[in-house]
Amino acid sequence: MHVDEATVRRIARLARIKITDDEAKGLEGELSAILDWVEQLSEVDTDKVEPMTRVVPISLKQREDVVTDGEKADEIVANAPMSEDDFFVVPKVVE
Amino acid sequence: MTDLTKLTLTEARDAIAKKKVSAVELTEAHLKAIEAGNGALNVYVLPTPEHALEQAKASDARIAKGDAGELEGLPLGIKDLFCTEGIRTTACSNILDDFKPRYESTVTQNLWNAGAVMLGKLNNDEFAMGSSNETSAFGPAVNPWRREGKEDKLVPGGSSGGSSAAVAANLCLAATATDTGGSIRQPAALTGTVGIKPTYGRCSRWGIVAFASSLDQAGPIARTVEDAALMLKVMAGHDPKDSTSVDAPVPDYAAALKDGVKGLRVGVPKEYRINGMSEEAAKLWDQGIEWLKTAGATIHDISLPHTKYALPAYYIIAPAEASSNLARYDGVRYGMRKPGKDLIDTYEETRSQGFGAEVKRRVLIGTYVLSAGYYDAYYLKAQKVRTLIKGDFDKAWDDVDVVLTPTTPSPAFAFGEKSGDPLQMYLEDIFTVTVNMAGLPGISVPAGLSSEGTPLGLQLIGKPFDEATLLRAAKTIEDAAGHFHVPQIWWS
Repeated sequence: MHVDEATVRRIARLARIKITDDEAKGLEGELSAILDWVEQLSEVDTDKVEPMTRVVPISLKQREDVVTDGEKADEIVANAPMSEDDFFVVPKVVE
Repeated sequence: MTDLTKLTLTEARDAIAKKKVSAVELTEAHLKAIEAGNGALNVYVLPTPEHALEQAKASDARIAKGDAGELEGLPLGIKDLFCTEGIRTTACSNILDDFKPRYESTVTQNLWNAGAVMLGKLNNDEFAMGSSNETSAFGPAVNPWRREGKEDKLVPGGSSGGSSAAVAANLCLAATATDTGGSIRQPAALTGTVGIKPTYGRCSRWGIVAFASSLDQAGPIARTVEDAALMLKVMAGHDPKDSTSVDAPVPDYAAALKDGVKGLRVGVPKEYRINGMSEEAAKLWDQGIEWLKTAGATIHDISLPHTKYALPAYYIIAPAEASSNLARYDGVRYGMRKPGKDLIDTYEETRSQGFGAEVKRRVLIGTYVLSAGYYDAYYLKAQKVRTLIKGDFDKAWDDVDVVLTPTTPSPAFAFGEKSGDPLQMYLEDIFTVTVNMAGLPGISVPAGLSSEGTPLGLQLIGKPFDEATLLRAAKTIEDAAGHFHVPQIWWS
């Protein structure tokens, strides 16, 4: 599978990672090589195989649907690069 | 007692119990060793001496009251992937900046509840993505082992390279680590230490920085099998905060060690005899078979036909899950922010400058395989292959109790030797990754030295939740092979 530079840029945009021209060129080769290598999975017949959804066959535990945590907005924003009155502050998104 | 840092975890525990040494003395000895050695080895990205001494004093007070826990007063190193309340946690990535969690991971909390002391946060590959510790934003930890007669610096393995190197260099009694594709076992093998990745679900993942959630599992790196057993018992257990943690009793692993391997059925999979395995790794494997046979185990040739597909399937599943998990690093809620011209630009600048090259590569691969139109061809296909890999093991368990393989194809390599080629680096995990894919427990135990004088490990793979048998078999190998100590302390 060859990944061209335009695809690399599209993927980087989806992943919200800015890449330089040099990085885009490098990644074109690296991603293509990795995808070529995983291509060997197509040899495996998986027609009648269920995808694995859990590693051990346990049923998930359920608990009472009650609030067990909260009332700590100050702790939640404590590590934010920018906050005001317990709100996260981001650049303006609506003109 | 001359050098307290040379004690095993078990010996130190006994010394404390017999009041031959205090928690403060034990901690001070380690802090001194860290001060002298960390400059050269770079194993701690954040030593926490004041915190350690405070904990040690509290330990001594509990000991005086007759109130000691299972790991009372024992100084440990903590991989920087575990959130520690009020203490900087970075996953060795720039993007987490000065992040100080407001909560404690369950696994580390279990250790503190048992009385253990934290010496500091240990180096690892950025977000645990790497096999050499070279992707750490703090620069790599260095293996205390060197090739005989040479001074080139060798990698300590990865991603838990700080953990393995610190344990091998006696800069802690034992350490926590995590393993997504081999990140406990490969570094243990490369440093002559013991590392066990328990069954998926055995240890809570709560408060551990997530890489690939269906594969991540915590475990210890220690100097002996008994020490690893002691650590695992305290780290493991059900946690309501992690829905994938399993509510099953945790056995006394150390107590089970004396049972030996008489009658144990050991499987040897033919698919692991790959091209590219060093001759000495192959020889050591045969030696391991002999040791187990001599101790009364029976040896069986088995086949795990889908082995060769484990690594490529892993490099779809792990990056896919990583791309989702790492979406949270957006420069808004925690960590660093690089302001851009608008919100999207701020995300893109932050993630561009905050993530290192390997993390970007994996996030991009993951984004690609999950993007519209590709999900079935890649992720779903890989999850189906995973079912087949697990099926290979399920079948094998009809005939055998454990599986014996080498941990890595070759011993520790030098910095830069593999970092230029991602695919070559990925091959480091070729023997370990199947275990994560199937969710099974695996242990690496030191078994010999290479012709270069550096350690090699053997891996044992066990049935789900049968860590006790695994540790028993590992103890047999350890008893036969002996312990491996770094011949020369060159770092302090």
